[in-house]
Amino acid sequence: MGQVLIRLDQVSVSYGRVEAVHSVSLSVAPGQIVSVIGPNGAGKTTLLSATMGLLRARGGLEFLGENIREWPVEQRVAAGLVLVPERRELFADMGVEDNLLLGAFQRYLKRDRRINSTLDEVYTRFPRLKERRVQLAGTLSGGERQMLALGRALMGKPTLLMLDEPSLGLAPIIVREIFHILAGLRQDGVSILLVEQNARAALQVSDYGYVLETGEVALHGQSDELAQDQRVAASYLGAARKGNP
Amino acid sequence: MDFQIAALLAQDGLTNGAIYALLALALVLVFGVTRVIFVPQGEFVAFGALTLAALQMGKTPGTVWLLLGMTLAAAVLESYRCGRAGTWRRWPREMLVLAAFPLAVALASYFLAPLQLPLWAQVLLTFCIITPMGPLLYRLAFQPVAEASVLVLLILAVAIHFVFVGLGLFLFGAEGSRTPPFGSGGFEALGVNVSNQALWVYAVSSALIVALYLFFGRTIFGKALRATAMNRVGARLIGASPNFAGRLTFTLAAALGAASGVLIGPITTVYYDSGFLIGLKGFVGAIIGGLVSYPIAALGALLVGLLESYASFWASAYKEIIVFTLIIPVLLWRSLTTTHHEEEE
Repeated sequence: MGQVLIRLDQVSVSYGRVEAVHSVSLSVAPGQIVSVIGPNGAGKTTLLSATMGLLRARGGLEFLGENIREWPVEQRVAAGLVLVPERRELFADMGVEDNLLLGAFQRYLKRDRRINSTLDEVYTRFPRLKERRVQLAGTLSGGERQMLALGRALMGKPTLLMLDEPSLGLAPIIVREIFHILAGLRQDGVSILLVEQNARAALQVSDYGYVLETGEVALHGQSDELAQDQRVAASYLGAARKGNP
Repeated sequence: MDFQIAALLAQDGLTNGAIYALLALALVLVFGVTRVIFVPQGEFVAFGALTLAALQMGKTPGTVWLLLGMTLAAAVLESYRCGRAGTWRRWPREMLVLAAFPLAVALASYFLAPLQLPLWAQVLLTFCIITPMGPLLYRLAFQPVAEASVLVLLILAVAIHFVFVGLGLFLFGAEGSRTPPFGSGGFEALGVNVSNQALWVYAVSSALIVALYLFFGRTIFGKALRATAMNRVGARLIGASPNFAGRLTFTLAAALGAASGVLIGPITTVYYDSGFLIGLKGFVGAIIGGLVSYPIAALGALLVGLLESYASFWASAYKEIIVFTLIIPVLLWRSLTTTHHEEEE
């Protein structure tokens, strides 16, 4: 296996005639957290959806050295590409545990026998989910839902985990918890492609960052360097307000 | 009306109701997973009954030819797809997966039909003929337009219903058939004759409902189907593809249709076009459940059976009208009591 897990090469995505993402190139190496930051409507979600196969993409899309552009979603999931979408997309009328087990659906198809041990791992990582294992997913709080969405994705034993706005709509204390979990995942060797509006937190937790503006990569670099960049600081880190507290 | 007549009518109504319940469950299932209002479900019932009747007479049932035709069409479609995607290497395997079972069933029915097998073997053969039509129908008709609106899917379902009725006339002719009962005789309880046939229907329907309940509650495939009905995007993201869910759903629907057909065959004479009316009664049950709730749909179907039975006693000329008029108050009640969910996407 090479040094690159996933490589997007000049990927463009359109809704009908409107092009929302224009020739974006990015890559994630094994064990890295790579973040994509940018304002609302910059095309971040579109980019992830196309990478997952929910939308059609043009350009090059390689995962583990294979051209996956024409693959259906389920084949990408089976290969280890898993997305936690912005809207979580949980199975609201099912229990927490059923939601988690369904996250391993592709592994059931492959007759993987270690699903129960993955379930234990997820419960150790999210003790709150274990407490609520029989509760219906639709009755969980926002933070718990995000944890369930993360847990469901981890049940698939992803090679690359893609997260779309994991902090969206959550209280600051929960956001901190979520990012703490992401840092923990990284230590365990999970590679993550993270899309966030919360640029400060995203750059803190990630190794490399891309700034997406109106569907194009405006800037990219090491996360700590990006955090120092004046334009990034001004637009996304709220540095302009630093002068008058 | 004395107690005895009331009890007899109730027995009759529950017998039909149990069969309608199987149809209602199939309709709720198909709509939930694929958003298709599956009008041709009734045709599976008619085909099931007529297939069993043909086997009883020692003839190769016409549905075998329909099964072969559908398999051939699907094979052509798959080959075209392979050719376009350039995946010829996988072609032999795909053809084997697609055609092996239907061909085996066709050969088996061709050679076994004249042998006058015991009833249970004929029933089994009927299931093997009808059930594969479900996934084939999904592959041929619904998979290519799976993303279309509910209305387009409904129009397609109506079209398939007409095609199937026409094919039914062609394959089975205009005469109706009745199959012999599973259990003759009966016994007396509380001064009422309980027929063994009715007991068979109750037992088989209950067993199938319990089996469905276990399938959806306990197995990963059942849960994946429920997940697809609840949240299509979520289901795709766990790797449960819509095609997989559609084919599995239509397999179950066809099997339930065949079961209903086998059960209704001894109760009433089934013609090539009888399926529609039977299916509609299942549909009324499904509507009572709002096309979402399995238990309410099943209870609704029982109610339809009872209503039909008592209506045929008091006003037999109006019994269909009374049953179908039930839809109006039900729809009113549902529109007033349930909150409307905007379709996502």
